[in-house]
Amino acid sequence: MTVGTPDNLASSTRGGVGQSPHRPDGTHKVTGQFAYSSDLWHDDMLWGMTLRSPHPHARIRSIDIGPALATSGVYAVLTHEDVPGTKYYGLEENDQPVLAVDTVRYQGEAVALVAADHPETARRAMHEIVVDYEVLDPLTDPVRSAFDPQAPQLHEHGNVVRHQPVRVGDVPSARSRADVVVTGEYEIGMQDQAFLGPESGLAVPGEDGGVDLYVATQWMHTDLRQIAPCLGLPEEKVRMTLSGVGGAFGAREDLSMQVHAAMLAMHTGRPIKIVYNREESFYGHVHRHPAKMRYEHGATADGRIVYATARIVLDGGAYASSTTNVVGNAASLGVGPYIVPNVEIDAYGVYTNNPPCGAMRGFGAVQACYAYESQMDKLARELDVHPLEVRRINAIHQGAAIATGQVVDTPAPMTEMIDRLRDAPLPEAVESGDVRNLPGGVSNTTHGEGVRRGVGYGVGLKNICFSEGFDDYSTARVRLEVVGGEPAVLIHTAAAEVGQGLVTLQGQIARTELGVERVSIAPADTQVGDAGSSSASRQSYMTGGAVKRACEAVRERLFHLAAERFDVPAEQLSLSGGKLVSEHSGVLVALADLLGDAAIEETREFHHRPTTGMDPVTGQGDTHTQLALCIHRAVVDVDVELGLLKVVDMTAVQDVGTVLNRVSLEGQIHGGTAQGLGLAVMEEIQLADGKLTNPSFTDYLIPTILDMPPMRLDILERADPNAPYGLRGAGEPSTLSSTPAIAAAIRDATGLQIDRVPVRPHDIVRPVTG
Amino acid sequence: MRLNLTINGAKHTADDVWPGESLLYVLRERLGLAGSKNACEQGECGSCTVYLDGVPACSCLVAAGQAAGHEVVTVEGIGGGDEELHPVQEAFVDAGAVQCGFCTPGLIVAAHNLVERTDEPSDEEIREELAGNLCRCTGYEKILDAVRLAAARKQEAGT
Repeated sequence: MTVGTPDNLASSTRGGVGQSPHRPDGTHKVTGQFAYSSDLWHDDMLWGMTLRSPHPHARIRSIDIGPALATSGVYAVLTHEDVPGTKYYGLEENDQPVLAVDTVRYQGEAVALVAADHPETARRAMHEIVVDYEVLDPLTDPVRSAFDPQAPQLHEHGNVVRHQPVRVGDVPSARSRADVVVTGEYEIGMQDQAFLGPESGLAVPGEDGGVDLYVATQWMHTDLRQIAPCLGLPEEKVRMTLSGVGGAFGAREDLSMQVHAAMLAMHTGRPIKIVYNREESFYGHVHRHPAKMRYEHGATADGRIVYATARIVLDGGAYASSTTNVVGNAASLGVGPYIVPNVEIDAYGVYTNNPPCGAMRGFGAVQACYAYESQMDKLARELDVHPLEVRRINAIHQGAAIATGQVVDTPAPMTEMIDRLRDAPLPEAVESGDVRNLPGGVSNTTHGEGVRRGVGYGVGLKNICFSEGFDDYSTARVRLEVVGGEPAVLIHTAAAEVGQGLVTLQGQIARTELGVERVSIAPADTQVGDAGSSSASRQSYMTGGAVKRACEAVRERLFHLAAERFDVPAEQLSLSGGKLVSEHSGVLVALADLLGDAAIEETREFHHRPTTGMDPVTGQGDTHTQLALCIHRAVVDVDVELGLLKVVDMTAVQDVGTVLNRVSLEGQIHGGTAQGLGLAVMEEIQLADGKLTNPSFTDYLIPTILDMPPMRLDILERADPNAPYGLRGAGEPSTLSSTPAIAAAIRDATGLQIDRVPVRPHDIVRPVTG
Repeated sequence: MRLNLTINGAKHTADDVWPGESLLYVLRERLGLAGSKNACEQGECGSCTVYLDGVPACSCLVAAGQAAGHEVVTVEGIGGGDEELHPVQEAFVDAGAVQCGFCTPGLIVAAHNLVERTDEPSDEEIREELAGNLCRCTGYEKILDAVRLAAARKQEAGT
């Protein structure tokens, strides 16, 4: 018997679009009843475990599984030779081996699998596997990988995954018109998504030779497209169901344990549970691309930007993952939400022997934002104007074009947002009363002496939904029938609830569109059409749009039914309180009576408006579906003697088009701000010659409740007529602007350049010499 | 080894426990109490927080054998059963303090401990008390709201 597989979620609370009903999974989550992928259990299950490479770069001479297989309690030991189908997979390029074939390209690459009756048995057996490695020099410098022809080639098709230029106007002649020029070299460290629920799941072998997979992922159908060929199975024999997801933030867009668990299940004929521990999780998913960026901006004396150049090098690590699209974002959003008439951007994503990097909240836009916002601050200093003023002078607006030539054709209220932020009240001066409010906190390192306060700003521009011509769609099936005498709606999609509250929103949409109270959300699985990924801030837009369409189709059929039965024009009908209402004669019939035993079920796809690719030479094109803005002001207290700091206030202004659920929305902006704060002041995967030196929560720090300041939000609603309900995707933008605002505040407090994040104590306090 | 302990008021026995197993492993994998979460296994994240003889502890850092004969209360034992929520749990749902929810069981135990012991906790006290519980989704703002709400409701109820 399998324990912990998902049931329908009863979204029984009231509340349509615009309200903030409770999460339908909230009660289960606060009582511990909600089953995550690591909580799954089967009476006959075995534990799977993954042997990983200790070397960032090596050739495999041989693998001896004999001693491991002979261990009591071990049921299988598998290597690449046991992969039933294609040995390689990938989100955008099939370049990543299911299990290393003859080369390992990063430390932590999966080499072999073990299935055993206890996790400790599996762990011990794993250490009995003998792998003979010929250790090679790792290529760890992304700039060398991009530009040094002597650098070793890590893949047959070269080291550059993508180079995307953007060319607008004539930079050399614009340079001669600039009164001030600012340049900078910026660096951003490797950030980890650090979701709390590690990679895990259960694979159950089917009687038909297929497999049932219960996993935590962001995009089941793209998992399926990669898993099935590796298993040598047709897609219909790989049945995927979304289990409880303990956060995602991009890290679950690539496969982790899916193929491995399925291979072990098919090989042993037993259900297989795999759960990574925290250390393995650091090796088990991609990270945010670290970046090295060189920027130059020129402006006239009155503050108008006349040109910008940028070279952005993104370290993709050992495998491509989503590097191609991360480069597209970094390039197309490379100068941010500013009108820049002459542009030269070159964005590169390259292979190295560092850990693979891919999707993380903000996706390529985060890196560029830190650099162009740092440049805006330099420009403001050079021009001796307020940092917000230089941003205001050059701000995009509806009707203006971004660097790709794409005209912003929906509201972009950037100047209004700047003005509102400028008017937002500042927190009180440094408090010396309670050490918990000072840098160093309860370590009691200062009572206010040596502490300087700084204020800084950041603006970010993020694309919403998938870009560059991708036909990005979602599918929803909506069923209306009478259950227990009441009309009830069941919504079925493959969209991944990863914590963001999509299950709540789906119920709100059904209640709004169909006027019923009882709504249930079916478990997400691959028995319904593709919903696309829970990423790119796109699910409210895309799956929200699909649920709305399917509800509308159900409603149309209801109206048609009623129009015939009551001989009234369908266009005069509406639904409210579980009843069908006519404009002229009032309540016609209760839905339950109209439906009787019949069920109305409709499935609809929602596609956003088409986008184009980027021109390979000029980068021009209408590449983005929707653009979103967020602005932050950070206030930071810095102990300049010890290099300790405390962010004391974060105030954000964000345009969200339309508020669909204020509580969920605020949670997204808060959470994005927190991850941006982490990137600014503490979060970095540290590498030494390609090896991780801090793969634990002891050494990789994420913000605690003590690190987070009070966050004040000012939410604007300037509806986008192209989007369902006028909404604007809201999951990511705050992650962009938070980091540069904090960096700017530290600059303001210290007078230092702060050209690298995360900012470390020794970046603030220079060692005393002499 | 055989392990006897009291969990949420009921006596439990687990057989064939390997001495290296943690209390968290026994709760989750041997006794079917999966509410306590394993997110770091190093005592850094607080997701596995339980009461051990009335004191909050990271169950991942307690060897199962150390809990023998002791009283454990897990997140499953915080409410009244049958989905009857403790005011702290109710406040987390009402305030929107739950997103992915993986940190929530540990936070419920930690917040329960704070609210039960402290009337009108200040924001500084809430922050210090919950500093051992990592949350990656919320930025903690709604968690603060939830604890403030639970404390205020407790004051109102005069309990």
